[in-house]
Amino acid sequence: MPERKIRVMVAKPGLDGHDRGARILARCFRDAGFEVIYTGCHQTPEQVAAAAIQEDVDLVGLSCLSGAHRILFPRVVELLREKNASDITVIGGGIIPEQDFPMLYDAGIQAIFTPGASLDSIVEWVRTHIRGRN
Amino acid sequence: MTQTTQKICAGDIRSASRLIRDLEDKRPEARLRLRQLFPHTGRSFIIGITGSPGAGKSTLADALIGELRKRKKTVGVLAVDPSSPFSGGALLGDRVRMLRHAEDEDVFIRSLATRGALGGLAHAAGDAIHVMEAMGKDVILVETVGIGQQELDIIHHAHSIVVVLVPGMGDEIQTMKAGVMEIADVFVINKADRPGAKQLKTELTSLLNASPHGPRDWIPPIVSIGNLYEPESFAKKTAELMDAVAKHHAHLVVSGQLAERTERKAVMEITDALRACILEPVIERLITDGELKKIVGKIQNRETDPYTEAEAIARRFLNTGETP
Repeated sequence: MPERKIRVMVAKPGLDGHDRGARILARCFRDAGFEVIYTGCHQTPEQVAAAAIQEDVDLVGLSCLSGAHRILFPRVVELLREKNASDITVIGGGIIPEQDFPMLYDAGIQAIFTPGASLDSIVEWVRTHIRGRN
Repeated sequence: MTQTTQKICAGDIRSASRLIRDLEDKRPEARLRLRQLFPHTGRSFIIGITGSPGAGKSTLADALIGELRKRKKTVGVLAVDPSSPFSGGALLGDRVRMLRHAEDEDVFIRSLATRGALGGLAHAAGDAIHVMEAMGKDVILVETVGIGQQELDIIHHAHSIVVVLVPGMGDEIQTMKAGVMEIADVFVINKADRPGAKQLKTELTSLLNASPHGPRDWIPPIVSIGNLYEPESFAKKTAELMDAVAKHHAHLVVSGQLAERTERKAVMEITDALRACILEPVIERLITDGELKKIVGKIQNRETDPYTEAEAIARRFLNTGETP
């Protein structure tokens, strides 16, 4: 059977418009052979969750540089759960202080990448962690 | 009917989206599901939107979704973007223009990557349309990749085709060429606030009036749409576009051409299915057996030619009853 194509979504919830990082990551995922749905800036968590379900992605990568990650990231996970889509992996990135990691992990964010994380390490993480989803 | 197909017919987005994924990934069980859904398909009105990259197809799709929702129609959208010939990956960015509809339960937007298909759509586009039809969507918008002159697979899938043009893409001769200029049921001159829009409209009008085949029963209307950031006139123009498309649909029904187009579609579907059921398994088998590699070597050394080999393979599989 042909192998499944990995589908991911890169999204920026909230009011922060600094999307350079998200765009670079989207390109990098593309070059890694993934199908990347890029949805741009200024989205509500509700929009992100709805789009992730419509696109049937394996993973949602959230980027936030404004400090609102403590509210926005967990909300996306919660909405996916409500819609029976908790099999969609959620990871986060951006300016995220280390002290916030535990609360984000507790909320269901499965990995956090901050400035300095190499693109290869992110791609590798995705490849390792979403394999096996049917 | 299985639980999944029942859910899809009831409009469940999660199940539908998953099935489209399975169809794209060519899972064997997906074909079976599609079979069960097939009796529930064929009732939606399918609008194709095509044109060059950056012409404004996604933005117009967004506007048409808005217009259709005002008219109380449920909408499915398939937005196709290209796959990389190098990595096989794709950046699917059409949703960026359609964000405002993300939470509307009656709008289902799905992005597809071409995965090597060259006709402006994805191989799974036809199947994905069927899934949306089974969901009961009144209208399905199919947005092609940004096309050049002849990626025209959309004509086999859509009932009405909107070709989006922008000013500044060449002189009158370009409008006379075969291909994309011939397939429009409705023309949009987008970004019509830019220089050259009037000239383009004149050229297009003269092209449409000078048909060598005499008077036709449908002359594609031309809708000029200006600046997106002048919301009032933009809304007026997109309503005009929707009216033009609806008028074309009515024309198809009255003239009997709708039946012709659905026949054309059925021909394409069975041809595609034959390819998937005959050609693809044969090629796959030749690859796994290592036979293809041997044949390629012989062709390279000019010990044989491609036709001789292909005919021998065809005889083997078609006459002997051997299944690939």
